[in-house]
Amino acid sequence: MSSPKKIIPGFGLTMGLTMSYLGFFVLIPMISLAIQTSHLTWSELFKVATDQRILSSYKVSFGCAFVAAAVNAVFGTMLAWVLTRYRFPGRRLIDGLIELPFALPTAVAGIALTSLTTDKGWIGQPLAALGVKIAYTQLGIIVALTFISLPFVVRSIQPVLEELSPDYEEAARTLGASSSAIFFKVILPELKPALMTGFSLAFARGLGEYGSVIFIAGNKPFQTEIAPLMIVTRLEEFLYGQATAIALVMLLASFIIMFLVNRLQLRAASLAGE
Amino acid sequence: MFVELKDVSKTFGQFQASKSVSFALRQGALAALLGPSGSGKTTILRMIAGLESPDSGDIILDGQRVNNLEPSKRGIGFVFQSYALFRYMTVYDNIAFGLKAQKTPKAKIKDRIQELLTLIGLEGLGGRYPAQLSGGQKQRVAFARALAPSPRILLLDEPFAAIDAKVRRELRSWLRRMISQLKITSVFVTHDQAEAIEVADQIIVTNQGRVEQTGPPIELYRSPATPFVAQFIGESTLAPNCQNLIGFEKAPPGAHGAIRPEFVHLYSLKEDFQFGQSAQDGRIESLAFRGNELEVSVRVGEISIVTGYSLERPPLAVGDPVKVLIYRLYAFDQGQAVLMANSRLANGGAGYNFHI
Amino acid sequence: MTETTARLVKVPGSKGYRRENPYLRRFLIALSFLFAFLLLALPLLAVLSQAFGNGFQLFWNSLTNFFTLKAMYLTVITTLSAVLANTLFGLAAAWALTRYRFKGQGLMITLIDLPFAISPIIAGLIFILTYGRLGWAYEFFDERGLKIVFATPGVIMATIFVTIPFVAREIIPVLAARGTDEEQAAVLMGAGFFRVFFQVTFPHIRWALLYSVILCAARAMGEFGAVSVVSGHLRGKTNTLPLHIEILYNEHHYREAFAVSAILVITSILILTARSVVERLAKKESGPNVR
Repeated sequence: MSSPKKIIPGFGLTMGLTMSYLGFFVLIPMISLAIQTSHLTWSELFKVATDQRILSSYKVSFGCAFVAAAVNAVFGTMLAWVLTRYRFPGRRLIDGLIELPFALPTAVAGIALTSLTTDKGWIGQPLAALGVKIAYTQLGIIVALTFISLPFVVRSIQPVLEELSPDYEEAARTLGASSSAIFFKVILPELKPALMTGFSLAFARGLGEYGSVIFIAGNKPFQTEIAPLMIVTRLEEFLYGQATAIALVMLLASFIIMFLVNRLQLRAASLAGE
Repeated sequence: MFVELKDVSKTFGQFQASKSVSFALRQGALAALLGPSGSGKTTILRMIAGLESPDSGDIILDGQRVNNLEPSKRGIGFVFQSYALFRYMTVYDNIAFGLKAQKTPKAKIKDRIQELLTLIGLEGLGGRYPAQLSGGQKQRVAFARALAPSPRILLLDEPFAAIDAKVRRELRSWLRRMISQLKITSVFVTHDQAEAIEVADQIIVTNQGRVEQTGPPIELYRSPATPFVAQFIGESTLAPNCQNLIGFEKAPPGAHGAIRPEFVHLYSLKEDFQFGQSAQDGRIESLAFRGNELEVSVRVGEISIVTGYSLERPPLAVGDPVKVLIYRLYAFDQGQAVLMANSRLANGGAGYNFHI
Repeated sequence: MTETTARLVKVPGSKGYRRENPYLRRFLIALSFLFAFLLLALPLLAVLSQAFGNGFQLFWNSLTNFFTLKAMYLTVITTLSAVLANTLFGLAAAWALTRYRFKGQGLMITLIDLPFAISPIIAGLIFILTYGRLGWAYEFFDERGLKIVFATPGVIMATIFVTIPFVAREIIPVLAARGTDEEQAAVLMGAGFFRVFFQVTFPHIRWALLYSVILCAARAMGEFGAVSVVSGHLRGKTNTLPLHIEILYNEHHYREAFAVSAILVITSILILTARSVVERLAKKESGPNVR
């Protein structure tokens, strides 16, 4: 137990810097949000809560973010598995590419995915022949959100898989478990906290994403408008109250997700006996 | 007195780590802060160093009250339990760090480090990184680093804890030699009584934040002031209600006692035995060979007494009835430990000397 | 799945062996390649092919346009400012949070995490609410002739906001895991703050710092939502490259849009390469000399 009282120098300097920085960049703007919220009138809230266009934008945002996170939960787990369990040529390339959505500007991802999936695109053209449309539909939004939130699931699961001792599987094997039983009964439960964390982070990121989606979505009212876009349009009309009201729901969702993630990570830590 | 603590108390949140701790050490002392984990010994060491500040009381070094003096101004060399060697610096730079921080001239630094490297027997390893050293070597470097700025006092936190048993014995005697050669006042923390007894010339026994007793090892062993010291230093068997033992009827009613192995003599029934009146009946519970003698556990009434038994004596087997003569014991009365002799031996046992 | 199809395979990075089905293995690897190719590699190829499809000269012409160069300049300035500010902040915050114990540490960490938790659009919104024409801090800055929203300071501030957690979040666990013994030892020997920081602490965090700076730069360069809200899309003034791409694309200047995108694609590939090089160097160094 080493709790150095202010023995180590630099307390004033680093605390002062940290507090004023956070105050200026985070606290003051957040206070503005609180002030604006306190000025919200019932009619503004009523308008937002009953506006069909806004409600359907929530539906699109939450629905597509959920589906994208689910897709990533499956394929992200598979990628993490393949990258930790197997050694094959090209492994490092894939491992590096996983991080691409973090490095590539979302606007670039947006126009790139759009150009691929329109009726004239490399992927869109053959799919159009089959009657499947991606660009300018909710499917397109899901594709964009899957792209930008892929790393969350993979990077959450990878370290857990790497740490998982082979003894574990060996023990199950000696007890006569089949390969699929080992995966679903032994390995998957071990991955569950990390998978939930990755899923939640991916979902949260998808919920707030703007740059990549607005290009591929087509932004048709009631169909492919996302909630962040509604905030932007209200801001452009200087309807700050309504914009704030729309944002509050999103914020609430983000905070609940963050809270859950923290709980998950605490639980994972306590399970690991730390 | 060179190092003196007066009525020092320290609380961490709800936990009282030090409760009015007082002790004093003369210059040149090699003292051990000995106690079980959580007894507050490391807190005391860190307060002397200035890494923690006491809530109340005085810390006096060489006649100067240092409570408000910065750690670096106290003239302290500190060896951390983890050694805390700078991992990204060579052995040379590690040892030179304190001298550089004090702006010592370069040439002087070089000489001092050569001297120290020779002292710790690591000449030629100045260019190594800590990760390239063995545990024992790391400890020597930590020792040299603490000594480099020529501190008045050397403080060591569990200096042997991170080293495996075999090397630990060598390091103990090495450290003892070094410190007595350098004549530097030193305080080290340990939870191992054997280590404290072997290395230190003064032991400060701590328990639950208090100092139980301070003194040379032999004194603590022969006249423990408290039940805790009696049990913590040296081996002993706890005897509840020692007034039930033959010869100790005058013990305070209900008092517990502690019996050291050398306070007991076993007699096989095959032997001539003249102290029948003063001895108890016992039965051998277990025997273990300890190299030069047998370690015997013998059942006497409610208690199992552990003692030694020479291999030159008539053989014993588990289950054998024996006579157990207890010469003396420590009776605990209201927090004090009192040495009591077997009253029935008053005349008959006069011929015995106790080699403790 | 029968046992006859399984074989023993060495566990990567350990001495153990593991039973493995070779068909499943091949199938999963193939599926991973397909997934990574379709979702990750193909978009990159699409951008590059449309940028260079009409020859290098046309690509070059699209870039040397005045507005593109202006946007590039602003992106570089913004990225540098955000990285510099957040590196300084991240180091200070990590130091304060791991070297001392004080009330409100949890709150401080929450505030640091906040920009990751909320949508960039909301980040933009709160800056508008604060510094915009109807915001309560507008007058204060306006009287001093400083325009924040719809001007360069707003773009930089919004970018700083969304990248606040990067450095701090990477350094905090490294410092927390290491404890403070080395710093305490240095302090006891009389070292001051800068000596302790640069000689004792810094070598431990340099790789993590470099790593986080790279990721911070990537995000700062590409930030779209927050910047889009506060910039006002003033061409040649407050447009960063991602915003510029949006305008070009919406005005159907596809070739230019993809040409500009190509620069960002190449930059992000460089960033990814740098990231994995740093990661490997850090791993290598933590091998023999350290620990």
